[in-house]
Amino acid sequence: MYIIDRRLNPGGKSLANRQRFLRRAKAQIQRAVRQTAGDRDITDLERGGEITIPADGVREPSFRRSGEGGVNDHILPGNKRFVEGDTINRPPGGGGGGSAGGDNGEGEDDFRFALTRDEFLDLFLDDLELPDLAKRRVATVETQGFRRAGYTVTGSPVNLALLRSMRNALSRRIAMRRPKPEELLRLEEEIDRLEKQEGSSEQLTALRQELEQLKLRTKRFPYIDPLDLRYRRFEPVSRPVAQAVMFCLMDVSGSMTEHMKDLAKRFYMLLYIFLTRRYKHVEIVFIRHTHEAKEVDEETFFNSPETGGTVVSSALREMQRIVEERYSPDSWNIYAAQASDGDNSPNDGSTSAALLRDVILPVCQYYAYLEVGSDSDRMQTGFINHKTSLWQTYETLQEQGANLAMRKVNHRREIYPVFRELFRRRDAEAGARVP
Amino acid sequence: MSLLEHDNLLFQGADWDFSLIQRIHDAVEKIGVGEMGLNVYPNQIEVITAEQMLDAYASIGMPLFYKHWSFGKRFALHEASYRQGFMGLAYEIVINSNPCISYIMEENSATMQTLVIAHAAFGHNHFFKNNYLFQEWTDADGILDYLEFAKGYITRCEERYGHAAVERVLDAAHALMSHGVHRYPRKKRPNLRSEERREKERHLHLEQTFNDLWRTVPTKGAASKPQLSDERRRALLELPQENLLYFLEKSAPRLQPWQREILRIVRQIAQYFYPQRQTKVMNEGCATYCHYRIMTRLHETGQITDGAFLEFLQSHTNVTRQPEYDDPHYGGINPYALGFGMMQDIERICTKPTAEDREWFPEIAGSGNTMAVLRDVWANYRDESFISQYLSPHLMRQWRMFHLVDDPDQPELRIEAIHDERGYRRLRRSLSRHYDVGWSDPDIQVIDVDLAGDRRLILHHHVLNRTLLHKDDAQRVLQMVANLWGYAVVLKEVEPATGAIFQEHVAHPHETLF
Repeated sequence: MYIIDRRLNPGGKSLANRQRFLRRAKAQIQRAVRQTAGDRDITDLERGGEITIPADGVREPSFRRSGEGGVNDHILPGNKRFVEGDTINRPPGGGGGGSAGGDNGEGEDDFRFALTRDEFLDLFLDDLELPDLAKRRVATVETQGFRRAGYTVTGSPVNLALLRSMRNALSRRIAMRRPKPEELLRLEEEIDRLEKQEGSSEQLTALRQELEQLKLRTKRFPYIDPLDLRYRRFEPVSRPVAQAVMFCLMDVSGSMTEHMKDLAKRFYMLLYIFLTRRYKHVEIVFIRHTHEAKEVDEETFFNSPETGGTVVSSALREMQRIVEERYSPDSWNIYAAQASDGDNSPNDGSTSAALLRDVILPVCQYYAYLEVGSDSDRMQTGFINHKTSLWQTYETLQEQGANLAMRKVNHRREIYPVFRELFRRRDAEAGARVP
Repeated sequence: MSLLEHDNLLFQGADWDFSLIQRIHDAVEKIGVGEMGLNVYPNQIEVITAEQMLDAYASIGMPLFYKHWSFGKRFALHEASYRQGFMGLAYEIVINSNPCISYIMEENSATMQTLVIAHAAFGHNHFFKNNYLFQEWTDADGILDYLEFAKGYITRCEERYGHAAVERVLDAAHALMSHGVHRYPRKKRPNLRSEERREKERHLHLEQTFNDLWRTVPTKGAASKPQLSDERRRALLELPQENLLYFLEKSAPRLQPWQREILRIVRQIAQYFYPQRQTKVMNEGCATYCHYRIMTRLHETGQITDGAFLEFLQSHTNVTRQPEYDDPHYGGINPYALGFGMMQDIERICTKPTAEDREWFPEIAGSGNTMAVLRDVWANYRDESFISQYLSPHLMRQWRMFHLVDDPDQPELRIEAIHDERGYRRLRRSLSRHYDVGWSDPDIQVIDVDLAGDRRLILHHHVLNRTLLHKDDAQRVLQMVANLWGYAVVLKEVEPATGAIFQEHVAHPHETLF
């Protein structure tokens, strides 16, 4: 008898099967994920969790009997009052006698199972892509780094490749037949012995001569030679930047209701999740503004009330300052999302436009403007009946060719479609643009 | 409690370690082999975690298996219901192999490990080694090597021909799995060890005899081919054939060699599991009876404490519980309960027969040698024959069985037979038919191929009891058959007595698939 402890065997033996299953049912799972995401609170979005897909898509059919027609026999235990020949009224629903008739696997339910957080987000964000602009920039925006690249014969002592150098020295010593210390020692002992014995002087002289020669050879071929030395070589490489900063700009003046802030928050959360999937390291900067802008922490950003007028350019200026101070565009991917109800002080329009066009947009990978409306404001999405002053400003910019995305959102349920629309994979367009 | 008894104890409390497992195994072996005369494969006991148990569930309990999405689906399903607490895990899984592998869960208590070892490593093990169906159809020595080969082969196919292509073949093969077994012994016994070698040989032969020149040799006109008689043609194709996978593997004209090999792999595995489906009641009955006897003996000889024995009894009665038909928990007849009940009944007949038993079972009543009778039963029967032979009036009365007939032509359900003198034989016959695979699986056969015409494959479903195939599923599976066959396939549902056709399904192959 053998006892084998398998507990330490690597788990996840079914992982490959699971991936095959997810791939198989991808379309359905994706639909389910979208649906779940719609119902869920955005803060829960990252958690993964249970989804339900129709069993039909992952059905494994086989030749089996339909369970209809023909005579059904049941042998049941627990007879209490029946005698042979009794008749029973058919139970409603045609369940036969007891539950025995119904378990033919006829009514397959929906298929419920749990996705991990990673699987969930992968599917959730699957066909989203950072927009073209960002892609182009990501390719060029790089940092310099070094990478090992073989050995060189020159270099600084810190880069000395000891092992390699010693190996070279050893092979050189062998090749040149440099005498080994033991050999010299043996010879010396031999001479000593002969001297003591006062043996034949001829032999002694020969030995002394040999020793002399070997010593000369030892001197001529040093133990280690500059020729042997090797240094580790490093090659400069450029690495794409894998960090991003996300600027959240929001108007917090009195006209922004809680509802609007909630919409904005949801959008920021989505953007954050999305960015964390694409970049190793994502930082967030919250800038809120009334007639003046301030960098704040998240709590203050969303919750503390503020009053005042609305000057958008103040926020843009604050962002410009922070970028210059902390986030050099050379090493950071910069994303910005601005949420506002669209108010702006009348004389600020041109300032904002100029600031955005000349300073902000050039350093940004992506700038999204989200105009939040009130819930009661039941306009169809996408149609702006009366354009707000900020919308007008940005629209002119966009017409001039600035890369700026803008959408209007009134209701919570529109957030997700709008987000998807903004980051939709634009394969076709991108392909067309590549020369 | 005397000092001697105390010395005898295998364990106290719930903790166990590997040396204890060894001692438990030896003690169980002493009773199982020494007193009960069980004949078992050498045991290999593997301790696994709950997650590994879920893994094993997904691949039908086998320690290694090829990859397919349906196993992932099964895993997701089990995992979801396990995590939500709808489903407990089995205490063990046992594999019909030599050495016999039993998986035991790490969280079992020492008592449960004893139970599991008695149940799986001796009960099931004895059954696997001695039952004629397993002897005939499975190769316990070769199965693990064969699975290893199958896994490797399918992985290589995936690398070479792509996941999608392999998946399509596997999907189709799985759909036909229940119709991929030989039901009657053939000339040779299967030897799974040689399968891998034979696959290589087939491959080599093809490569060696490949000569491109043959392509250039002008062929004679098709007219010179002798016209085969219908009889001869069917004989050459081994028709009618009820093993659909076998037929497709051997005769489908457009399959690649690797696709045939995949069909073969699935067919071999289906054949390996075929006996298990036919011996559910007996297999569990045998294992349950063994663990009950062994645990009782361990308790009698003072090797386990009263507490441990009570713990055992609690889970034993859970397993062998049979709710009555009007109980909300009723979910059909519990194979553990029926099997264990019948084994105990045989013991009773052997040792304390009544006049009725002597009349019904003259050969075994009062023979006194329970184990000899049981060993013979375990070796030579399957569920269907076992029940029709050994279900006693006493047990039918005890269970208060009755036979209910649901005839769609009648307005009411009728009680056909109950546990009385008039009903015993009829009850027994109907119950045994429930366990007849030939009765519960639809009988589908390849009848003919229209070789001269459009190569249409003709299948017949011999309709039993006026029950047609599940229409949607039948159409889907037929589509897969058509894809494998490469030409149109028609499935006729035929009443065997009159030859009347109830329904006809037709499927045409998707040209793009293969």
